[in-house]
Amino acid sequence: MIDKRVPDVAAAVAEIPDGASVMIGGFGESGSPIELIHALIDQGARDLTVINNNTGNGGVGLAALIAAGRVRKMVCSFPRGTTETRFPELYRAGRIELEIVPQGTLAERIRAGGAGVPAFFTATSVGTPVAEGKEHREFDGRTYVMERALTADYALVKAQQGDRFGNLVYNKAARNFGPIMCMAARTAIVQVSAIVEAGELDPEVIVTPGIFVQRVVEVSDPAIESRLIAQGATYP
Amino acid sequence: MSDDRKTARPGLSRPQMAWRAAQDIFDGAYVNLGIGIPEMVARFVPEGREVIYHTENGVLGFGPPPEPGQEDPELINAGKKPVTLRPGAAFVHHADSFAMIRGGHIDICILGAMQVAANGDLANWSTGDPDAIPAVGGAMDLVAGVRRIFVITSHTTRDGSPKLMERCGYPLTGVGVVERIYTDLAVVDVGDDGFVLREIAPGVDVQTVQERTAAPLHVAEDLRTIAAPDGL
Repeated sequence: MIDKRVPDVAAAVAEIPDGASVMIGGFGESGSPIELIHALIDQGARDLTVINNNTGNGGVGLAALIAAGRVRKMVCSFPRGTTETRFPELYRAGRIELEIVPQGTLAERIRAGGAGVPAFFTATSVGTPVAEGKEHREFDGRTYVMERALTADYALVKAQQGDRFGNLVYNKAARNFGPIMCMAARTAIVQVSAIVEAGELDPEVIVTPGIFVQRVVEVSDPAIESRLIAQGATYP
Repeated sequence: MSDDRKTARPGLSRPQMAWRAAQDIFDGAYVNLGIGIPEMVARFVPEGREVIYHTENGVLGFGPPPEPGQEDPELINAGKKPVTLRPGAAFVHHADSFAMIRGGHIDICILGAMQVAANGDLANWSTGDPDAIPAVGGAMDLVAGVRRIFVITSHTTRDGSPKLMERCGYPLTGVGVVERIYTDLAVVDVGDDGFVLREIAPGVDVQTVQERTAAPLHVAEDLRTIAAPDGL
């Protein structure tokens, strides 16, 4: 029997080793898998390469993982939060590496990684410092730059509902990077607000089919990042 | 510039600039609005035009901010501000959202600018300061993928330096991408031979606009005065 459910977030992230590459879903606070990130902080893995659109907010979630010194390199489009974090200080001190990727190129690199496409050409960034050193090629009179696919050892993603097969539906704009990160990671670990019976999710509305998901853990009342920050919370 | 002229400066207010840009959004357009003054444009689209707003984080068809207390942290725009949904809205994942951009499906994008060049080059993400932490977001994707790129910006920086120039000094966001610029002083098009002054704010003369522009302005034969409503 296929059963991708795991009992808790600690078990879900237990085997992530030092040096792993980890895609973390979310755009700002929407879709951020805070409980999985906190479990990863507790677990202690370090020297991580993290792929996320941003660098977190305040002192919880992704920002806390970075502040704890666990991240060797960030791959992101916009390393600024809505509230202050320790990222700028660590970056200026040379303690964290940064790869800046235009947001759509980041998304497409992840999709390509999940789809087995090693590279693609895009007009995004041509003529800017971001394209320097990359292969350029002309198609039908327009210049494009080659971008490589992005894969990862793990993905940490938040969804609304999931079943034992790993089928997922999301909540509103919290979907963002979740579906493509599940595709691009060798092991996609998903926290859902509710695990439902197999067959309960309408096949017409499943956004991520279970083939892209390896583990599902129920976090029934996930924290809301901006509320934690407003309360002055930090982690651990 | 004297302090006098700064305080009593003629020209459009920020909402008036947004109002002027809104007049160019056609019925049925799919539109992406940047953070800041561009966001204001949605308030001034003439009645009777139905416009679908796209935001990079995967919402097509969003509406104005919710009433206080109705915010949903999982329903936000690319500026990470709470939004509402309009009838017909759809959610997509990030790669599909940028396929809408890169694939040429979005009709108009309105962005802010640090500098715009007479050949349409745009710089709006970095001053190139070595101490600055680079942050590009979705701007490079938008300018490369959206069919029509409009810019709303003050004509000069706070210290009076021109933002419309022969060549951008800051690192570029995109090459030759800008079609039209709405400023507090004028509406300027990027033509084949450089900037074309199309419209001018009430109480502002051509010479003033030229003085505050670091590239030649070709004055349109049918130069008009911008008729923005008062009190915005």
